Amino acid sequence: MLWSMDSDLIFDGDVVIAGGGLAGLTLSLALHKAGLSVCLVDALPLESRTAPEFDGRASALAYTSWRMLETVGAAQHMDGKVQRIEDILIVDGRPYDGVKPGGPGRDQLHFDRREISPDDDGEPLGWMAENRWTRIALAKAAEEADMPVFAPERISHMGEGKAGRARLHLESGKAIDAQLVVACDGKFSRLREQAGIRTMGREYGQKGVVLNVAHELPHEGVAYEYFMPAGPFAILPLPGNRSSLVWTEKSAAADALKEMDDAHFQEALEARFGDFLGWVKPDSPRWTYPLGLQVSETFIGERLALVGDAARAIHPIAGQGFNLGVRDAAALAETIVEAKRAGLDLGAQASLQPYERWRKTDTAALSLGTDFFNTLFSNDHSSIRLARGVGLSVVDKIPFAREFFMRTAGGATGDLPALLRGERLSL
Amino acid sequence: MASAAAPEALSTPSIDPEEVAKFSAMAADWWDPDSKFAPLHKFNPARLTYIRDTLAAHLGRSGAEPLKGLKLLDIGCGGGLVSEPMARLGAEVTAVDAAEANIKTALVHAEECGLDIDYRHGTAEQLLDADGPEQFDVVLNLEVVEHVADPESFLRNCARMVKPGGMMIVGTINRTPRAFVTAIFGAEYVMGWLPRGTHQFDKLVKPGEVIAALEAEGLTPRSPVGVSYNPLKDRFFISGDAGVNYLMASAKAA
Repeated sequence: MLWSMDSDLIFDGDVVIAGGGLAGLTLSLALHKAGLSVCLVDALPLESRTAPEFDGRASALAYTSWRMLETVGAAQHMDGKVQRIEDILIVDGRPYDGVKPGGPGRDQLHFDRREISPDDDGEPLGWMAENRWTRIALAKAAEEADMPVFAPERISHMGEGKAGRARLHLESGKAIDAQLVVACDGKFSRLREQAGIRTMGREYGQKGVVLNVAHELPHEGVAYEYFMPAGPFAILPLPGNRSSLVWTEKSAAADALKEMDDAHFQEALEARFGDFLGWVKPDSPRWTYPLGLQVSETFIGERLALVGDAARAIHPIAGQGFNLGVRDAAALAETIVEAKRAGLDLGAQASLQPYERWRKTDTAALSLGTDFFNTLFSNDHSSIRLARGVGLSVVDKIPFAREFFMRTAGGATGDLPALLRGERLSL
Repeated sequence: MASAAAPEALSTPSIDPEEVAKFSAMAADWWDPDSKFAPLHKFNPARLTYIRDTLAAHLGRSGAEPLKGLKLLDIGCGGGLVSEPMARLGAEVTAVDAAEANIKTALVHAEECGLDIDYRHGTAEQLLDADGPEQFDVVLNLEVVEHVADPESFLRNCARMVKPGGMMIVGTINRTPRAFVTAIFGAEYVMGWLPRGTHQFDKLVKPGEVIAALEAEGLTPRSPVGVSYNPLKDRFFISGDAGVNYLMASAKAA
């Protein structure tokens, strides 16, 4: 146990961000660039999080998320590392009896970005990037902006600091004082747990097997989401003739896929992927991530705000985990900057409530939506199959519905924070 | 908002150690956005941002502490909901309130927040008598003028405390039929935001009456702005509609 009087105070400012993941980095950069005194703490050196072994996942970046990466100065470091998504094809994986190899079946939903931005170089539906490139770009932007980063430093606990401040005690014996602590420390957030904020949610008994593959033919910027009886199977385009796969199976099957030897995995991959892009072969290790839905009962506490997976973790079915984290970051950054401009206490409940109100609506809609989608599509009952086939075809025939879905996936619906409109914040 | 009888003389009350817990609890209530002070917390960001932006533009300042080094008076400070933000923006804040409980509450909370604010129990007129005119770069006169016996002489006395080149900002409720419907009937009887009887219609002050009083003291009032409510977002914003709540800045020639 550390006592505050023994602590070596290494920072005293407006906001301390606990956790240097994508959401934490994005938020601290936005606040730092707006002119607030902010620092970031992480248990690992920022560089180690950028190694390929650390996180193999690729994320879909909604175009609103991309705007935010541009605004905080990270997008410019991602040249050649991002792939534009020009089309999204949503396909019922079993339109006929049996898996149909070789590409999309009959009942499909086609989103074409030319419907919302017709120019050749218009804003695409989103971007695909491997998380580590996004992380490297954000870390570079943080360095360029001279943002204070304390890493590696492990957080011990949060307590009371000087008057009007919370104190973050570090295991090294050092301490940080700030009006507000933001927990960006992930799905198993310790700060959330220590604050006694409960979560609710459920596990699906499914896991996503994640890996990158190389293939013979170009993907032309098309993302495919096949809904299979065991769960969705997504092929998401990466730069070059490569794609990221999110292959959802019942947990036991997913574990088997992860542990399988290379020859057997190759066989399983070809059977599922088909040959519509020519030959296909793995281009990365395999990771598995359990699918689940977990939402915190509240997003704010005593001088505490939760952001990203600490606030809510959703299964990657819609590729929205990162985008939700970025939207949290954008909404909280705007809330904090407005409070700072008005001279308000950044950690006071009155200052934080707008953030919670703003984000809860979005979270409820998306969590319920993806939950519903997963139940609907991870189902092999013939009448549900027929219904969803009809549903996909109908939505595809109605331009307005398609456009709405695209804007929703792009994160452009609802009350959009300034950073997601590509606007800067300042004091 | 205080309507307690003024003390005989201006003072900074001392708080007995056994009183601290009581006033700390009252302060917690003032600052709880879900307490009976909820409407003030909803209202506060809009008017604070207006005050900040208006003063920063008038003085050509920006950044995290645009009011750095300015002497600012907050009249009718209540629990300090405006005084504290002004101190955080860099101002040297003096604040008066006629209700001793408010001053004690504000003192305890400022201490808890590590803010140095000169809280005095008394009235603006007593401060004028004690310290003389032209003491402050900024005088904030928010939600008070509708509670005083003689608004004209009160406003003129407040104006005399502004230094040349300084500014006074008045915030109050307009005397219009619409103000009666929303600010009195709506806020007190329908929404229950304020205790019934908080405001009396015939005591409300029109912008023209404020302008006349301040011009008589050599101030130049600007057009009033409105503070309007957006029920969809459940928040207040600065608007062009001064028909209910309004804010008005007036500069004194340098």
